[in-house]
Parts: sequence; C-alpha cells; structure tokens
Amino acid sequence: MIRLEVRSTPSRLASALSPLAALLFTVAVAGLIFWALGKDPVRGLKVFLWEPLHGTRGLTELGLKATPLTLCALGLTVCFRSNVWNIGAEGQYLMGAIGGGGLALWFTNAGLDVGRWGFFPLLLLAGALAGAAWAAVVALLRDRFNASEILVSLMLVYVANLFLTWLVFGPWKDPKGFNFPQTTSFAAFTEVPRLVPGMRLHLGYPVALLLAVAVWVFMFRTHRGLQLQVGGPAPLAARYAGFSARAALWMVLLGSGALAGVAGAFEAAGPMGQLTPHVSMGYGFTAIIVAFVGRLHPLGAVLSSLLLAVFVIGGELAQSRIGLPAALSGIFQGVLLFSLLACDTLINHRVRWGGSRGR
Amino acid sequence: MNDLALLLAATLSAGTPLALAGLGLCINERAGVVNLGAEGMMLVSAVTGFAVAFHTGSDLLGFAAGAAAGALVAAGFGFLVIWLNTNQYATGLAVSLFGGGISAFAGIDYVGRQLTERLEHAVPGLSRIPFLGPALFRQHALAYGAMAAALAIAAFFYRTRAGLVLRAVGESPDAAHALGYPVRRIRLAAVALGGALCGLSGAYLSVIYTPLWVEGMVAGRGWIALALTTFASWRPGRVLLGAYLFGGVTMLQFRLQAQGVQLPSEFLGMLPYLSTVVVLVLISRNPLRIRLDMPASLGKPFFPGT
Repeated sequence: MIRLEVRSTPSRLASALSPLAALLFTVAVAGLIFWALGKDPVRGLKVFLWEPLHGTRGLTELGLKATPLTLCALGLTVCFRSNVWNIGAEGQYLMGAIGGGGLALWFTNAGLDVGRWGFFPLLLLAGALAGAAWAAVVALLRDRFNASEILVSLMLVYVANLFLTWLVFGPWKDPKGFNFPQTTSFAAFTEVPRLVPGMRLHLGYPVALLLAVAVWVFMFRTHRGLQLQVGGPAPLAARYAGFSARAALWMVLLGSGALAGVAGAFEAAGPMGQLTPHVSMGYGFTAIIVAFVGRLHPLGAVLSSLLLAVFVIGGELAQSRIGLPAALSGIFQGVLLFSLLACDTLINHRVRWGGSRGR
Repeated sequence: MNDLALLLAATLSAGTPLALAGLGLCINERAGVVNLGAEGMMLVSAVTGFAVAFHTGSDLLGFAAGAAAGALVAAGFGFLVIWLNTNQYATGLAVSLFGGGISAFAGIDYVGRQLTERLEHAVPGLSRIPFLGPALFRQHALAYGAMAAALAIAAFFYRTRAGLVLRAVGESPDAAHALGYPVRRIRLAAVALGGALCGLSGAYLSVIYTPLWVEGMVAGRGWIALALTTFASWRPGRVLLGAYLFGGVTMLQFRLQAQGVQLPSEFLGMLPYLSTVVVLVLISRNPLRIRLDMPASLGKPFFPGT
C-alpha cells in the first residue's frame, strides 16, 4: 500500500518540479481531450500551446495578455502568502477599469489633451485608487466586523460587474453607438503608449515587470515584508513579535486591490480604448491560478502569467483554427491548478511503500 | 393579498436551491471540510441535470444525474484535501474555476434548448386553500424535499450516533481517530453527500427553476450558500430559514421592478450580493459567537497517526 509520510523539511526540488509535472499532466489531459473530441491531438496541442508563441505578433499578444494576469497575480501572491484570501481580484480589476476608463472618458469629453505621457501617470493613479478603494471595503469589513474576506470579496465581484453594466448601458453609453453597450472611444492621447509599432503590446507590461521586482524587494528584503511572511503561516509568532495583523490585512488588501485596479485601467485605456461589459476575460480569476502556479512568488508569477496567457490565447486560436469552443481553455486551467495542488503534496510529504495505512 | 401569496411562493421557489446547497455544505463543514467549490459543483450539476432531463425527458433522471455529478466532483475534491492534504481553500477555488470552465464547454449545445413542457405543481387538496394554497402548496416536490432534508439532517446531527460521530470528526478529528473512527472516510462521505445536495440544487436550477441552461447560470448562489452556513451557525433549521430570507431578497428585486421603483435594474440585481455582505457583517460581528459555533477543526488538515 502507498503511504504518505510528512517530511521534516519541505523539499525544494519538489517545489520547483511540481509546476512542471503539473504542466506535463495538463498537456497529456489536453491531448486526450482533443483526441476524444475527434481532433488530431498533436495538431490541437500545436495550435493551443505552440502557435501563441509564433512570431512578433504572437509574442507581443502574449505580453499583452500577460499584463493584467501578472498585475493581478502579484497582489494575490502577497495576499495568499499572508493568509488573506482575497479572491475578488476580478472585482477590483473591474473597478480599476471603471476608474481608469472613466478618467479617459472625462478627458476625452473635456477635450483636455495632456499628451500620452502626461495622461499615463494619471491613468495609473486612477486605476490604483479605484481598485484599492474596492478592496478597502473588504479590508474594512474584515477588520471591523470580522466578515469573511473570501465571501465579501467575491460578492463584490458581482456588484462591480453590475455597476459596470449599468454604466455602459446607462449614463456612459455612447450616444452615437447604435445602442451598443459601450462608451465613446477614448481620445488617442489617453491610450497607453505602445511598445512595438503595429502591435498592441503597451507600456503596461514593462510596468508590470518593474512592479514584480518591487514586490519581490518588498517581500524578501524589507522588514514589513518579513512581517507579512511571518503573519500568514504563524499568526501567534507574529503577534508575539509585535507585528500587527490588522496593519498587514489592510496593507495586502489595499496593495492587491491597487495592482488589480491598475491592470483594469491598462486594459480599458490600452487595447480596448473604450469601456464595454467585456473589459475582463476573467483575468482576476485566472490570476488565482497564476499565483499558485508561480509558487506564490512574485518572479514565479511573471513566468506563470506567460504560461496562462498561452492558455488564454490558445483557447481563442482553438476556436478560430480548429473550431473548438474557447471554454476549453477554462478546463485546461482548472486541470493545471488541480494537478499542481496534487503534485504539491510531494513538497511536504514523501511517498512510502508498504506499512500500515491511515484511514 | 393575492400578491403577497405570489411573493411567498416565489420566495420559497427561489430559496429552495440555496437551501439544498446550504444544507449540503453544512454537512461537510460539520465534518471539518470547507468546500469553496460549491459554485463549480452546482454549475457542473446544472448542465448535467439539464442534459439528462433533455435527452431522457425525465426530470427525475435529471435530478439523479445532477446529484451524482455533484457527488463525483466533490469526491475528487475530497480525495485531494483529505488524502493528499492539499489546501482546502485553494482546492475549492480550483473546483469552482474548473466547474465554470467544463460546464461552459459541455453546455454549448444546450444553450437555448427547451425542456419538455413544464407542468404546474400543486399539492392535491391543500393547493386549493385560499391564500395558503397559492402561497405554500404550489411548489415543485423538491421544495418540500429541501424542508424534509433540513429536518432529516437536524435529526441525524442531534439524534443519531452517526451524526454525533460526524460532528466529533469536525470538532476534534484526533479524538475521533483515537476512538477508532475512520476520520478520513467519514470526511469523504460527508463531502460527497454535500456535493450530492449541491448537485441536486444545481439540477433544480436548470431543470425546474429557470428551466434553461445558460453559461454561469448559478450566478453566485454557490457562494451565497457558503455564506448561509456561517449565517446559520451550522444548524440545518437555520440554513433553511436563511435560504428563504435570501430567496425573498432575490424576489424583492423583481417586485420592486414591477412596482416601478425608479432604480435601474442593475442596482436591484445587486441586492442578493449586497445583502449577503450585510448579513455576513451582522453575523460575524461577534467573533466569540462564531468561534463557539464553528466546527473547531474546520478547514484544518488531519494527519492520522502522527
């Protein structure tokens, strides 16, 4: 009989190999699914995993999709590490999109041309503030009233979604938009500066990478960061050391809200150039997977956001090239997270053969 | 008067899926396992139940398939968290994300399909009573099933030995283990049963309540059911009452709309979610009470023999 035995120290090797093993397993499952759907598995996997990496266009699109994923996942990484279960990054992202998009709309309507580089910092600020404000509700209710941050943050996703729907169907609807639920297209100067001519990749990605480094420095090289690291797994030790759990709660929620908000603002003013109900493709939820696959490490999140971006684009390509629904991507993402969690068992456990079995 | 009767009937009908799912989650939480995958399980069961009812023409088979699907997904979750000791929150989230994806994928062919004609439900005799008849006795059998389930689960928890063991496993798995109870198997059974009830709830939504399959149609009810268990201090009777309370709030938005309240429909649509937040705040305000009511080992992994 197979038996699991708790390791005395977590295995670093298993921690590093676990995402790879999970990825391999997911690819195998994906191949099986393609085969079961009557498609050539090799061609399916090629379209899904390889073509998104193809050429300048493919790579820039990858960076474009990785931008919101990285930003949202960075915040979640810090949250989950400090044992704060903010699963409503999607809502904070939507509020950021509303904040950033609203600002762009206001500048557009006012005809206030401040230039691309003048508007960019304002956009960043608007997104961060809106996202942080939405997360502040969660922090306040958790701090003052002890309400579960899991449920509150998730409920607020639905509220943010309905709020966005109301805006684009109501007060912010483009009067000349043939009644489509969308705002007027923002003026050109509000657009996030693009990096490669003719491609949609924008300044948001380097900003996200810089923020990843900043989060790394904060988490592993500052006293505050250490407090969070201790507070998550060992709240009693943290209290004994005089670290405030309340301060940590507020800090990680405001921080992750701001990061998700910036992601939303970039998406609204970047590739979209207007607000529609489809400003998110569930990035805030996919970012949860990104954070775990990235080992709850900021630099890991950078890598895993690229992987999940491949999944997102692969889903779209699978739809257009081989006529499979894009929802397939959601299945693969779920399988990836499942298999990762299962493989992670080997970080803290050793497999033993034989012996008594626990029931 | 007649309006009130209709509102009551609509409340019962809207509260039933919340009650079923909340009762299910109550069982596995009493055994010490939090399943954040409720939303995902309900989506998978909703599409499974709809597909089976669509192809066989039998609602009953649809319910059975929905419950089986829910139990199956929950068992997968249970294996990961109980035997491999994965983080319960993370694994539950994975179930919810995966359930959303796979139900969207599997349901594509069923969008816009119609089930066979839905019959009017009525309890013979009782449904003719003025006021009470239309208010209470014109529900689908599952609505009464949910009430019976609440009674049965309460009796099981507080009146049977097996219920006592289940609660012991949730309070102190080590003590239960020392007494020779198979803690892991009991937890798995509780998780699977919880999944089956969530599955029944999902199938009720797509086969009876809507009755349609639409992507993401569970619309947060799984999460609201999770909030319900806290709201109810993990007691079946209170889960039932809470479910009707939330069902009433859901119906209130349609009532207000019908009465021409000058609020955009989106804001009325926020009501169930906002009231969940408000209720959570009110109920959690006293941390001592939550700590006393909550199963002591809720969400914590259990290692036998270490």
